[in-house]
This record gives sequence, C-alpha cells and structure tokens, in this order.
Amino acid sequence: MALVNVTINGVSVQAENGALLIEVAKQNGIEIPAFCYYEGMSLQAACRMCLVEVEKAPKLMAGCTLPVAEGMVVRTESEPVVKARKTTLEFLLSNHPLDCPVCDKGGECELQDMTFKYGVGESRFTEAKQHVPEKQWSPVVFYDAPRCILCYRCVRVCSEGMGVGALGVANRGVYSEIIPSHGDHLECDECGSCIDICPVGSLTSGIYRYKTRPWEMEHVGTVCTHCSNGCKTTLGVRNNEIVRGNNRDRSGINGEFLCVKGRYAFDFNHHPERLQTPLIRNGDGVLEEASWSRALKLVAEKFKALAGPKFGVIGSTRTTNEENFLLQKFARTALGTANIDHHRSGDVVTLVDSLSGKSGQLATVADVYTAKAVLVIATDLSQQHPLLANNVRANFRHHKAAVYAVTPGPVREDKIARKFLRSAEADSIAAVEQLREALSKAGDLVILFGDSIQGDKVRQLVAFGESLGIPVKYVCLVDYANSRGAMDMGMLPDLGPGYHATAPGLSLHQMLAATDLSALWVVGANPLKGGKKLASVGAFVVVQDLFLTETAQRADVVLPAGSAYEKNGTVTNVCGQVQRIKKGIETVGSKADLAIFGLLARGMGISLGAVDADTIFAEIAATVPGYSQLPMPIILTGGAAQTHPVNGRVPASTVPGNISSARDTLFTTGSLTRYSKILNEVLEKPGALYR
Amino acid sequence: MTFSPELEAKFADLVTHYPEGRQRAALIPMLMFGQDEIGSVTQEMMDEFGKRLGLSTMQVDEVVGYYSMLHKKPMGKFHVQVCTNVACMLRGGAELYDHACHKLGLGHKQVSADGRISLEEVECMGACSWAPAIQVNYDFHHEVSTDQLDTILEGLQ
Repeated sequence: MALVNVTINGVSVQAENGALLIEVAKQNGIEIPAFCYYEGMSLQAACRMCLVEVEKAPKLMAGCTLPVAEGMVVRTESEPVVKARKTTLEFLLSNHPLDCPVCDKGGECELQDMTFKYGVGESRFTEAKQHVPEKQWSPVVFYDAPRCILCYRCVRVCSEGMGVGALGVANRGVYSEIIPSHGDHLECDECGSCIDICPVGSLTSGIYRYKTRPWEMEHVGTVCTHCSNGCKTTLGVRNNEIVRGNNRDRSGINGEFLCVKGRYAFDFNHHPERLQTPLIRNGDGVLEEASWSRALKLVAEKFKALAGPKFGVIGSTRTTNEENFLLQKFARTALGTANIDHHRSGDVVTLVDSLSGKSGQLATVADVYTAKAVLVIATDLSQQHPLLANNVRANFRHHKAAVYAVTPGPVREDKIARKFLRSAEADSIAAVEQLREALSKAGDLVILFGDSIQGDKVRQLVAFGESLGIPVKYVCLVDYANSRGAMDMGMLPDLGPGYHATAPGLSLHQMLAATDLSALWVVGANPLKGGKKLASVGAFVVVQDLFLTETAQRADVVLPAGSAYEKNGTVTNVCGQVQRIKKGIETVGSKADLAIFGLLARGMGISLGAVDADTIFAEIAATVPGYSQLPMPIILTGGAAQTHPVNGRVPASTVPGNISSARDTLFTTGSLTRYSKILNEVLEKPGALYR
Repeated sequence: MTFSPELEAKFADLVTHYPEGRQRAALIPMLMFGQDEIGSVTQEMMDEFGKRLGLSTMQVDEVVGYYSMLHKKPMGKFHVQVCTNVACMLRGGAELYDHACHKLGLGHKQVSADGRISLEEVECMGACSWAPAIQVNYDFHHEVSTDQLDTILEGLQ
C-alpha cells in the first residue's frame, strides 16, 4: 500500500494511506486517548475522547475513524483539543458515581487515568444523578450501570470477538444501559472478556470484586493449566491466594483472549478438599493421614522391592515437561519398566510420522489466525479449544479467511463457514473430499482435527492435504495443558523422548486390565474415573494428585501434589509451542511432582541427576529431538517457541481405544475443574451452544 | 403469535422491501403496526418478531427501548405527546406540557384510570416550523396555545 506523509504535532511521519490516525499516532509514540476505540474491533466513534485538530478541517475530527491522507497536518495536544477532551470527560462523568474508592477498577481505570491527566475537577452539571442498583447477571458477571460510559466495547467483544452476542444496549440517553441476553441474566460462554475490556468499573468479576486493590497484588505470568491451547494467564496473587486471572498485557500467544477456565477456574487451588498431607492405607484398609517422611520412606521401600517389568507408570497431561521427562527416565532406568503411558487424547504420533521428511507443516496458534483457509474436522472447536476457535473467528473477521467445518453436529464455526458439512465422525475423511475443489484454491490451509481421526485416518488426511497442491499445516487436537508435552517427553509405552522407539511395554488400558501388576504409580491422572477398576487387585498403588480422585481412593499411598500454578517448568501446547510456567502460590503440605520424584529417588538410593526444573530442561534441550533448537531467550522471557518437527520414521502403533478425547466443554476439563466453584456455579449446560 | 390476516399480509409484503439478508430492517415498522393492533409491544411480540427476522429477543429489546414511540405498556386510547424540545420550548412548549399535566392530572407516560387518555413529553417530532406542536396518536396539531389545547383535549372522545 502506498505511503503518505503526515505531520503529527510538528513531526513528519510516514504511514500507510488509509490507516487510522489513532493507530498511526500510536505507532509513532503519540497517544490519542479513546474509550470506545479498540484494536481489532469494529469502529464505534461513540465516546468523542479522540478528537484531534486537523488543518483545513472545519472542526475537530475523531481520530479513531479518520483515515490518514497525504499532507495531513494533525495536532493532538493543542489547546482546542485539550479543551474538547476536558469537556468530553465532564460529560462522561455527568452521571458517573465517582465511587473510585470502592471500585474494583480504581487504580487501573482508563476513565480515572484520563480524568487525572486532564484535571477535570469541576462539573457544570447540577442535575441529580440517575442511580440504578447494581445487577448480577451470572456468577461471573456483575453490572453497575451508573459507572458505564457506553463505549460498547463489551457489546463488540461479545458479538465479534467471541461470536456469542450476549450483550446489548437498551433505552436511550441517560437511561441507556447494557443488557444481558436473557432478560435478567446471561447465557453465554461466561468468558469474562466483557469485564476485562471494560474501560471503567462497570462490569465486574464475581470472583475478584471487592477482594483487593490492583496495586496490592503480585502479578505472575504463567500458562493456564486447563485445556491444551496454552493461553498465558496473568495471575493476580494476594496473600498466597489467586484472586484474578487475566492477560491484559497481551504477553502470550493468546493476546488478551482467555476463556472462563483461564480467567476464573484457578479457584480449584483453594478448594477445601485439596489434599495437604500424605495418606497411607492402614491395616483396616482406610486411608489415614501420615507425615511426608513416613509416606516417602514407605513408597521408596516398596518401589525398590517391586521394581521390574510388572511395574506400571501412568503420567500426567498437566504436569510439566520436566516432570514427565524425569518420570519416564525414573521408570525406564531406576524402575526397569517399559509400562509407561498417559491419557492420550489425539494421535500426534501418527501425524508426526506422516509428516516425516517434511518441515514447517505443524501449525502454530498464530497460523490459525493468518492462514487463508481453515478446515475444522470432527471437533467442537469453540467448546474444546477456545483460543483456536477465537483465532479462527478473528481470522475470518480481519482477513476474510475461508472457514470450513466437517462436524457431526452444529458448531459455532457454522456461522462463519464458507461451507459446513454434517458428517458422522467415522465418515469425516470421506466427507472432506467434497471440499477438495474449494480447498485446492484456498492459497494456504490449516487443518485442525479431533481424536476420531487416528491411525490410518491421519495418514489419509495428510495424503489428502498433500494432494491439494497448496501449503497445508496441521493441528492434531489434544485435550490438556501438557498432553502434547507428555507425548514429546516419551510418556508412551513404545516411544521414548522425541518419539524414539524403545522396548515396548503395556499401554494404559493394558495396565488397567493386567492382573499381575506389582505396582502402579499414577502421577496427576485419574484413569479409574467413571467407575473403572484396576484388575491387579494386589498391586501397590501410589497416586500423586491434588484431590482424592477415584484413582486416589484406590491408592495405598496418596501424595499431595502441587498444581501448575505452584511450580516452575515448561509445558507444550497443542501446536507444539513450548512456554514457561511460573510459580504463583504455595499450598501448605503439598509438594511439586518434581520434588516428590527427587525425594523418592533419594529414598531409593538412586541418582537421577539434579532435580531442578532448569537443569532438567537443559537436559531435555540437549537430548530430546525437537527440543534441541528451541530459542531459549524467547522461552525465558515468557514467549512461546515451537518445537521442531521430528524428522524420521516413527513406529506408530495405535491400538484401538488407546486414544480418546474426554470431549470436555468450556466448563469442564479433567479432574481439576470439578473442584472449581465458579465452573460449577455457572448455569450454562456444558456443551450447549448459545446462539 | 399471530396477527390479523390484514396485518400478516402487510408483514409479508414488508420484508420484501429490503435487500436479501437485510430483512431485520422491517423490525421497526413491524413493531409500530404490531403495537397499533395489540395496544403495546408485549414480550410475546418481541419473541415472535425476533424469531421471524432471525434476531435474538435482546436485539429486539434494544430497538424497543431506543424508540420513544414504542411502548411496552399500553398507552391510552388517545396518546397525547407534547414536544418540549428547543424550538417548541422557546415558543411555549414547556408551559403547554405543564398545562396538559394539570388539566389531565397525569405525568410523563401516565395513563388515565379509564384508559382513555395518556400523556408523554417527547423530543423533537420534526414540526419546529409550527412550534409548539403536539401529536395525538398520529395526528399533528400546530402552533398550539393553552386554550387550543383545552379544546383539543375536550374533543377527545
């Protein structure tokens, strides 16, 4: 696009012809204040805060909707502009309650900051303020109408950003207010985007309101521990309690986006049923509290005695890469067993194998936003992969991406799809053929596929993609925060770290069905969920977890583990992007899984090297293919770096039933979300679509 | 919810006036005609029009709340609207409104006990050249004095 010369406050700058003045100014370090303007959303021009002086224009112009043109001369801080801003603020404050001392937003409020900057100390309005009592719309969202400045940000983020459209504006003039979708309450994703985006304290969060002042929190940037998308969530921590999760600094792969789980479902950490002391099954068969030293001593002795090929190890989809790496190393070397597995929720292994010899074909989260076309197969993306679904919507909104969906039932992507097909999961590969012609003209394509595409079907899908004659990237969808990392780290019965073939052992289902296991060590997993039984009645079972899950109830020893918000390390998201997680809080009595491994190794008199996240990550980087060339500066500064594809034949053996997604929804993910008060309080039926 | 056959025919015709995919534009006239027939904009009517035009009830509610000529509660058989916007105010509109309040014993958006008459203070209705103006149902009265207002009100039977 052609460049034009624009003068802003006496400084000549170059900008793309037609770019919005407010953006051009921002790129050149000049702030034009605005409330209603929001990057990435449709233009509103409602608040009048961004008025600037443009030479030859008869009056002040709104910078948020003004495209720059050649020779434009703009003043953003001249006397008329400052006067206009003061007047606008006086008007915006005309019905504002000025209750900053008790407002959640106080200290980080855009209206407060602007009022402070322009010093609007007096008002000419003498009318009585129109007061409306605060309303609760859901366990998550509260609305205080008098504080509202009607910028419509919430309305737009809900309809455009989320594709839900649960907020509107009713009435007019001083009586105008935001209204929820269902009369007096909301039925929506409960994502809380509207609360984050609110420039004032009008929309407040059920979990955070009146808990703290913003400046009294510590802010810990870590990765959400729920689904596999790997959103950065900045935890607001006060007195060892997480009181808020958001990502206003847009620091991660998700920008500001978070779903209900990332923004609110950290509360499982503080659940009263959280285990805070080890439990040992006593002579009467009852789990009773014990000291850490007694429990560790017992487990170390038993492990030493029972080690060998009858030992089973089930790893976790939510512990760190370092923990999974050390666990499989522990199992394969110290315990002498190949019976290693975890809950597999997507066939990454076959995908990696199908792409042998090729590079750059595993999509990142950003690719989903930039590809010319996106094909979603056999998954309800907006329920199970909220960030990827958000990026598909944003890609459609900003780049007019061609979206295609092949799913068994209606999904939110239908609304933006160029074409959608209804097909049973078993037939989805055949159905995709109908899209061949359209896809081959797409330019470039990202294919996202669910768990029903496994084994040969993955190979068929890749063959289909390769035959289109355009660049195609793939995302094999998996369920949990470190599902991908667990596989990369070799928590598999036949593959070691980096998908290197190892001596085969029992899969998770085979371990549960075997009758002669000597011991079963379950770390951060709940394989007995839903009434499943462990066939080896005599096996010594050790469970490391946060709660007394179904599996923990069968255990002989339960060790209380720390959550992802209580440890350092790295996790790998669904797209193979590695990110660091940071410790935000501590729960008295629990220990990080890594520390437990180290203590058990010491108890058994074996050496696994230094048991420290950074040292183990260095070992991973040195020895695990795919992780060897990760740019450390990016990861260390909180960025995400994609692992390199593993190039080489992977002897993938997919036993039917070994791979199955839990088909979670926006309001569930594994065993942690069962202990989230807020997720259990929201009214929405999990899995329902809110049109 | 259904309306009289005549109104249904009108609705069927209305939606053809707008380009494909813009049928929601028919919402305001539909609400006006619906209100005239039913007496007010009911919840049922909002649900129904939303369904017919592919809008959520909330989106219909946004429109109903915005336009002052749409009422969720029934107004009187004769709905008297007095403009007090700038042009009318300068020519005595405010006094005219006060006079109407006293004469009828009603305030803004209030309805007489027998449901015969209701009063509303309205913003500009585009009759500035003949200020002060009042509107009774769909009939305009121009350059109205308090005496004329009395005559108009007494004539409402």
